[in-house]
Amino acid sequence: MRYSIFSLARNALSYHEKWPEAWRSPAPKPAYDVVIVGGGGHGLATAYYLAKEHGITNVAVIEKGWLGGGNTGRNTTIIRSNYLWDESAAIYEKSLKLYEGLSQDLNYNIMLSQRGVLNLAHNEHDLKELSRRVNAIRLNGIDSEILTPTEIKKLVPIINVSPDLRYPILGASLQRRGGVARHDAVAWGYARAADAHGVDIIQNCEVTDFLVEDGQVQGVETTQGAIRAGKVGVVVAGHASVMAAKAGFRMPVESHPLQALVSEPIKPVLDCVVMSNAVHVYVSQSDKGELVIGAGIDAYTSYGQRGSFHTIEGQIGAITELFPIFSRLRQLRQWGGIVDTCPDASPIISKTPVDHLYFNCGWGTGGFKATPGSGWAFAHTIARDEPHPINAPFSLDRFSTGVLIDEHGAAAVAH
Amino acid sequence: MFLIECPWCGPRDETEFSYGGEAHIARPVGGGHDMTNAEWGHYVFHRTNPKGLHRERWVHSHGCRRWFNVVRDTVSHEFLLIYKPGEKPDLPALPKSPEPPDGPGR
Amino acid sequence: MSRQSFRLEGGGRIDRARALGFTFNGKRYQGYAGDTLASALLANGVHLVGRSFKYHRPRGILTAGVEEPNALVQLETGAHSQPNIRATQIELYDGLTATSINAWPNVKWDLMAVNNRLGRLLPAGFYYKTFMWPRSWWMTYEKAIRRAAGLGRAPEAADPDRYERQNIHCDVLVVGGGPAGLATALAAGRTGARVVLVDQLPELGGSLLDESAGTGEAWRQSAVAELAAMDEVTCLTRTVVTGYFDHNFLIACESVTDHLGHTGAQPHLPRLKLWRIRAGQVVLATGAFERAIGFKGNDLPGVMLAGAIGTYHARYAVTPGREAVFFTNNDTAYAPAMAMAAGGARVKVADVRTEPGAVADRARAVGIEVLPGHAVVSAAGHRKVRGVMVASLGAEGQVGDPRYLRCDLVGMSGGWSPAVHLFSQSGGKLAWRAADACFIPGVPAQTTRVVGRANGTIGLSALMAEAHAAGADAAKDAGFSGSGDAPTLESDQPEQAPLQPFWSVPAKPKSERKHFVDFQNDVTVGDVRLANREGYRSVEHLKRYTTLGMGTDQGKLGNVPGLALLAEMQGVTVPEVGTTTFRAPFTPLNFGAMAGRDVGEFMDPARRTPMHDLHDEAGAVFEDVGQWKRPFYYPQPGEGKDEAVNRECRAVRNAVGMLDATTLGKIDLQGPDVPALLNRIYTNAWSKLEVGRSRYGLMLGEDGMVIDDGVTSRLGENHFLMTTTTGNAARILGWLEEWLQTEWPELKVYANSVTEQYAVAVIAGPKARDLLGEVTDLDLSADEFPFMSWREGTVAGIPARVFRISFSGELSYEINVPANHGAALWGALMETGEKHGITPYGTEAMHVLRAEKGYIIVGQDTDGTVTPLDLGMDWIVSKNKDFLGKRSLTREDTARTDRKQLVGLLTDDPQAVLPEGGQVVEELQDRPPMTMIGHVTSSYYSANLGRSIALALIKDGRQRMGDTLHIPQPLGGPTLSATVTETVFIDPDGSRLNG
Repeated sequence: MRYSIFSLARNALSYHEKWPEAWRSPAPKPAYDVVIVGGGGHGLATAYYLAKEHGITNVAVIEKGWLGGGNTGRNTTIIRSNYLWDESAAIYEKSLKLYEGLSQDLNYNIMLSQRGVLNLAHNEHDLKELSRRVNAIRLNGIDSEILTPTEIKKLVPIINVSPDLRYPILGASLQRRGGVARHDAVAWGYARAADAHGVDIIQNCEVTDFLVEDGQVQGVETTQGAIRAGKVGVVVAGHASVMAAKAGFRMPVESHPLQALVSEPIKPVLDCVVMSNAVHVYVSQSDKGELVIGAGIDAYTSYGQRGSFHTIEGQIGAITELFPIFSRLRQLRQWGGIVDTCPDASPIISKTPVDHLYFNCGWGTGGFKATPGSGWAFAHTIARDEPHPINAPFSLDRFSTGVLIDEHGAAAVAH
Repeated sequence: MFLIECPWCGPRDETEFSYGGEAHIARPVGGGHDMTNAEWGHYVFHRTNPKGLHRERWVHSHGCRRWFNVVRDTVSHEFLLIYKPGEKPDLPALPKSPEPPDGPGR
Repeated sequence: MSRQSFRLEGGGRIDRARALGFTFNGKRYQGYAGDTLASALLANGVHLVGRSFKYHRPRGILTAGVEEPNALVQLETGAHSQPNIRATQIELYDGLTATSINAWPNVKWDLMAVNNRLGRLLPAGFYYKTFMWPRSWWMTYEKAIRRAAGLGRAPEAADPDRYERQNIHCDVLVVGGGPAGLATALAAGRTGARVVLVDQLPELGGSLLDESAGTGEAWRQSAVAELAAMDEVTCLTRTVVTGYFDHNFLIACESVTDHLGHTGAQPHLPRLKLWRIRAGQVVLATGAFERAIGFKGNDLPGVMLAGAIGTYHARYAVTPGREAVFFTNNDTAYAPAMAMAAGGARVKVADVRTEPGAVADRARAVGIEVLPGHAVVSAAGHRKVRGVMVASLGAEGQVGDPRYLRCDLVGMSGGWSPAVHLFSQSGGKLAWRAADACFIPGVPAQTTRVVGRANGTIGLSALMAEAHAAGADAAKDAGFSGSGDAPTLESDQPEQAPLQPFWSVPAKPKSERKHFVDFQNDVTVGDVRLANREGYRSVEHLKRYTTLGMGTDQGKLGNVPGLALLAEMQGVTVPEVGTTTFRAPFTPLNFGAMAGRDVGEFMDPARRTPMHDLHDEAGAVFEDVGQWKRPFYYPQPGEGKDEAVNRECRAVRNAVGMLDATTLGKIDLQGPDVPALLNRIYTNAWSKLEVGRSRYGLMLGEDGMVIDDGVTSRLGENHFLMTTTTGNAARILGWLEEWLQTEWPELKVYANSVTEQYAVAVIAGPKARDLLGEVTDLDLSADEFPFMSWREGTVAGIPARVFRISFSGELSYEINVPANHGAALWGALMETGEKHGITPYGTEAMHVLRAEKGYIIVGQDTDGTVTPLDLGMDWIVSKNKDFLGKRSLTREDTARTDRKQLVGLLTDDPQAVLPEGGQVVEELQDRPPMTMIGHVTSSYYSANLGRSIALALIKDGRQRMGDTLHIPQPLGGPTLSATVTETVFIDPDGSRLNG
């Protein structure tokens, strides 16, 4: 059933008793053309684009828990494409462009809100870096601009631009096309659309091993039995190393806790996303009214989906400095995700030492914004058995050759 | 926030320490000049990143500034062994660490 | 001022001698000391307190505690204002002002209540299905949605209050000061163990506070007195434990002055204090939350939880109504029903159980009409309940013909959910107890025990025995013994009859859309059914799709019923559909308390050099470099930044300038193996550096990229002083220690930071020697004291190490003196230097001067992707030894000869200054995108050269000497053209330096 105001009104007459399920819950078939391991946003998007762009519909997405339950459902939903290096700009911009038409494409309102993303500069060095970045972004044909403290204050009246701040705000870059989206809706929208193309989404099914013969993957072993597949794409975020170990190789990633929190809902006070590398802050206000605040990653590795409280305390100190009126507000809920970070803070979308086995990981703290582009490029890589030019730079072998795409400057703060 | 037992100073709060990454990654003898690019890349970038017991390094950076090794469960966050540089006791035999409760997230 | 017409004649814990005036929604009322805002409102007959989040339905006070979903208010006004505070938790004080939130123009006539009429169009997740067309309109729809959403308002001014954090360590932490918590604390405290007992209420006692006399109260008083007399026991009241983290670390927030009101607060006290608790053993005695039952209109003001009615009656001497219908599936609702009946109210009980047992007989004996096998199927009323329909329930759940009962109060009890939140936060697993239809603590993950109702234990004597044993065990595990005997507190509660799980009255779809499960977020049984039908079948999908449990109460009431309903719809047991887990904080935690004193100047204390005040007096503008405040430039009256910097640069090249270089990292290295260490961490060779000499070095990471540079000097045979960049001082010390301790323990080297121990003044310029000569005993002749050497002597009478090194390309001395003498040194040099034209210069002039010489700044001309060869510094990379990062230099990409390389750029227009960060293109396009081949890393106007200069990293730059490249300015300004040059713009043969 197509979603629209008309179908909503029609169903209201029957007290919403006649809505069909958004996706089926099929039992796994013995074999598929492609198995995608991981039912997060990236995995579901991959399945959707395999079907839509490449006509490959005999596909299963296998999810250990509930779909969208990993980092897709745990991030601070920021979307932007203001990246320094050409390679990063290309894939994040591809992603943003796909996001811009995604609600209509999926017929599911993902509530993309292009309310603008502000990156603050607090010292002379920040300002120089900002200028470098914005110049590069603009010459890549992507929107970005630089604001003065006065302009920042106009855009965000509650921000403290006093020069007496410990780290005063000296300027900011603004990407107006950046913003936020409803994270769960991205997963659900892709799931529903992929399902409509015939993709089987299998939840509560854990992949326990890979079936490999003569260096080529033949399928996966799962808690619901063996499932054969011509090709297998693995996109499991924080668990990439665990899956790679099952396939017999190591990944250049480490898994860290990344925490975030929301305040109680309040009436609108903040109309754009504010990020600051220097004082480690990123905050936006959701449609529900909650302030959504991201913390930095904890330094240690963890699969525990939780980090240390002092990390959050530090974050809040910085937040109340920048937004003095937040001091009397209250934290409602905090949570953690497991982020897989690469040494160069750029992702891996790549073939692997095992034929027909592909990995998509290493998105670190910034995977949500990349969901559509990542799925789109990964689908291409799987369908053609070769990377698309947009993800060719993000191959595994860069850690041998040295062609790293070092976005640490860009990603010094988690986002 | 962890309570970490510095082998020299005793139990202290996590905020006194810094994490130092995976332990026992020896620098190749001679500087790796006889290694292939891939082998060198593995030394520099690739880590085991296990789910479960992990040998790793910490340094008491706001205390005695000394480095030490630990075995920590990356799921339960329990510190099972703490030992000084140059030592490498066997991994403790443990029941498989339980899955963490699947948190509700955002 | 209205009278407290619902206040009982006697009883309660309120102080009737202390009447307090307060204002709610602009109207004045009176309550008593000991009231909460909620009890005072109920005493005045005020039930309508708020509006719900989505449908803006009128809502009243549902509970008497932290689980309250409805009665949220905006407390106080102005800078002291706080949104979303639960009326049930606010201790009344004189002059309190509160207003309803989320209602406009007021709580009685809320225009947004139109959502309630449109409710049929707005089921769970309706927004995912619409607002998609036309695409560009979403931002408009969203604006309206945002305005409608949110609850209270943020204050409009900065927070005037102060907050603190305090660490506390204990052997046994007891959370909850009810009977179980008190018994636990006593058992542990008697052993001499260090015990902390935390409770959220102003008084210890928990449910015992519901009786103001009798054996329970007597025991409570003696227990509290005994605890107070124990030296090692700390009781924290008005304190909520909100978080339980790894390694028995817990967070609690104490309300220190909130109950006094901001006018009564004492200035020396913080408003809130965040306790950071490290406990050896933890015992949770956190009680249980009563549950609601789904029926049509169960959200009307006047529909309350049965236990809450009991609490208001007993603790606050308030009767929330005069004619009550109770609706229950268990025994516990009978006690408040009987208390009301005893107080003269007309009371009926609808019990879904066909055989309610002995408790029903006792109720009948006091004149209560009990309707076994009956349910309340709907409540009627507009903004306040005025009656209910009750009907019989068949064995298959068929609902009989309803009949109307008049009432002004409904008390519901759907059973109890143990407060397992902290246990769940600690990592403990929950177990489902089918008999009581509730989750109870299962396997703990830490040294955690749970006692009392939080553990699902029913009956006072069983609970006390359990608590005492847990307290004794916890103390024993902490190494203490001697708990004595368990207290005996006879319960007058007879054996309870079993509960009958019952979540919502069976009804038609239309009606189910008014059976509320999550009150604050307006999630109904119909919404749960819709989510299940559409495939959102995991607990987490249900919560996210419907927003069940996502309100400010975090599902304390609604989660378990929602989960049970989902299980019922799927025809499976509750554990099969999933367990629910809880995340911190247990109750909302104030941001100010989390930040504590780490705000303002304490957020990250600024580091200032010993000469800071002198810079300040000289009018310096400061910049933040890492944590340091450094003079940026010293404008004279009428000067802007450019004029000041130009003047400072000219002074250095023509006379003498002075720079405060104290902030550079200084690492003292001692031991016979320092040269070996330096050989391994620097790219060049160090074995032959003689005592008295200095050498420049570059450090790489193992990835071959430059991480730092600096000069290291040999102070003695086994003694070196290394300098690092300002921002990297701590990191490089750590880097050295890491390698020394973990990889090269055989090297005998001690490394220590001496950054703060020395103040450094750099004098640079052709007159530097003349100036220094006047104030030192050192022989400054070029032969005796050549470039790249150091000498020890006195300067201005102060013992000093003088380094003849230069970051400006001028004759330059870096004078290091003990930090306490820094200001004296600076002052003396300024005074003596006056006749030489001494000019203090800041970091910007320093940058210009070094750029004129092509000296790099790590972090500005490098960005973690640059090798020494990219910088054209092949001369410093040893071919004869290994060093950190060397192997990476021969990887195929790193070894490329056309990488981005550091070159000079001279603009065609000598007065045009390239933008730092400007991107360089070879072929201009009319508009983006265009291919970028590098960027400008450093760019200044050089007053000494009378033109601009720049450094840039350009792809294959060294092969482009003499080429013209272009720098577009997409942010405004003309595209500039520049010629690629060498990086040294001034004195290429170094005669100024060496003279």
